Amino acid sequence: MELELQYKRYSENSILIEWPPKIEQDILQNLLFCKKSIEKYYGKVIVEIISSYSSLLICYHNIIEDFYSEVLVLKKLCGSLGVTEIVKKRLWEIPVCYSTTLAADLSDFSNQKSLSIDKVISLHTAPLYTVFFLGFLPGFFYLGGLDEKLSLPRKKTPVLQVEKGSVAIGENQTGVYPIHSPGGWHVIGRSPIEFFNPNSSEPCFVIAGDHVKFISIEEYEYNDIKERVENNIYQLKPTFL
Amino acid sequence: MKGKVEIIKPGLFTTIQDKGRFGFSKYGIPKSGPMDEVAFDFANSLLGNQENCACIEWTLQAPILKFNEPTLICLTGSLVDAFLNGEKVEMYRQVKIVKNDILTINFCKNKLYGYVGIENGFQSDVVLKSRSFYPAVTPKSTLKKGDILPYLTSRNTNDQFSSLVKSSHKNITNHIEVYQGIEFDLLSNSQKEYLLETEFTISSKRNRMAIQLKEELSNTLPSIITAPVLPGTVQLTPSGKLIVLMRDCQTTGGYPRVLQLSSSAINQIAQKRTNQKVKFRLIDL
Repeated sequence: MELELQYKRYSENSILIEWPPKIEQDILQNLLFCKKSIEKYYGKVIVEIISSYSSLLICYHNIIEDFYSEVLVLKKLCGSLGVTEIVKKRLWEIPVCYSTTLAADLSDFSNQKSLSIDKVISLHTAPLYTVFFLGFLPGFFYLGGLDEKLSLPRKKTPVLQVEKGSVAIGENQTGVYPIHSPGGWHVIGRSPIEFFNPNSSEPCFVIAGDHVKFISIEEYEYNDIKERVENNIYQLKPTFL
Repeated sequence: MKGKVEIIKPGLFTTIQDKGRFGFSKYGIPKSGPMDEVAFDFANSLLGNQENCACIEWTLQAPILKFNEPTLICLTGSLVDAFLNGEKVEMYRQVKIVKNDILTINFCKNKLYGYVGIENGFQSDVVLKSRSFYPAVTPKSTLKKGDILPYLTSRNTNDQFSSLVKSSHKNITNHIEVYQGIEFDLLSNSQKEYLLETEFTISSKRNRMAIQLKEELSNTLPSIITAPVLPGTVQLTPSGKLIVLMRDCQTTGGYPRVLQLSSSAINQIAQKRTNQKVKFRLIDL
């Protein structure tokens, strides 16, 4: 598959590489491959690469003196298509309690969508979601794969505090709030897991390219896992696909 | 040996800043760092510090600080009258501190942000390779009364003539240098003209994450697929509001990126007060 890439100067020291603006697995795989190639080539000269659905922002440590020769280097690195690595994909099975006591918007959501709560749960737990990137909040992962039957426009006015661990839907996207935050998505469940730990050298266990599946749990299981998480004796382990 | 600074009064939105967090955008963690990087760099260079040494950043009102060991400090940024035990001290030069000295600084006179640098930097906690405060990452998001900041006591107790720089305190120009943003060309000619001809007013909706401008640009552009942003990116919201992203901004956003401020323009706009005017001046990258 040939993907048409565009290279644009973003600021004095950054270049944006754009793929076609779509949310697609093929684009993600190619983008992550390019990100890896660029990081490997430049090592520590590059400060960082910010990735999203269909673009990479390459931020250099220094001002870019010659944009065109820099783009030539990037083109070469991103041009060797088809060499996608055979890496086993990690799958995180994330426990979520879909209950009206823990999820403020669940009843309202099921009414607005004219779906029973059980139907909402089965539609939300069925897909194998893909993590496209992290952004918005520390530890917030953007997932692709939501069943379009669950799509609902964001709230008109965001609420001031969405609880940490809230599992929510906004438009055709779904995700988990890793920390307390204002937010405009509809909260349909809550997970007892910690998704962001700034005191760890790897503050988030979920990264771009991983897969996620939500597992429905009862409230007593939620309480049990939450207690174990708080006592540091609960560890979520991935399975490999 | 370690000295300690006690925060007698915290001032407004006072934080610790170094150059910020590099390499953590893959977790959605903002970069942070000083709002006015030029003033911050001055503080460290005048003290002979390494460039990443942590300084105190304050907003409009500086904190009152008490030092319990000898050291050197330096004040930069917004123009202020500063006093050590009631005696006036100068900005933009080394100030010698002895045990139990108390530094007080009056409300700032022109800009918005000021810095207190210290020899070898403030030794507050490092979280994800940076001392910069950021909510949810560091335990604190601002300094509070009674907080204690450690520092390394002075390596040099001899009297020493401090380096001196002439710093311009006059109010900086209202021209803000910008490059075309990634979505600039989606704007109509009249929108572009409005964007580059209008004097925009800094609104009171502003903090370390972003500055919202008062004047609106009639907007029919759709949102974009969520994409990377940087400090200095100017976003156009569906309601026509222009938002200039600042040091604590998120790593990605879904609004069209119509302009990008030059790196020096970010420091300039950071120091603009509410109701001050700015005019964008387009330059080539």
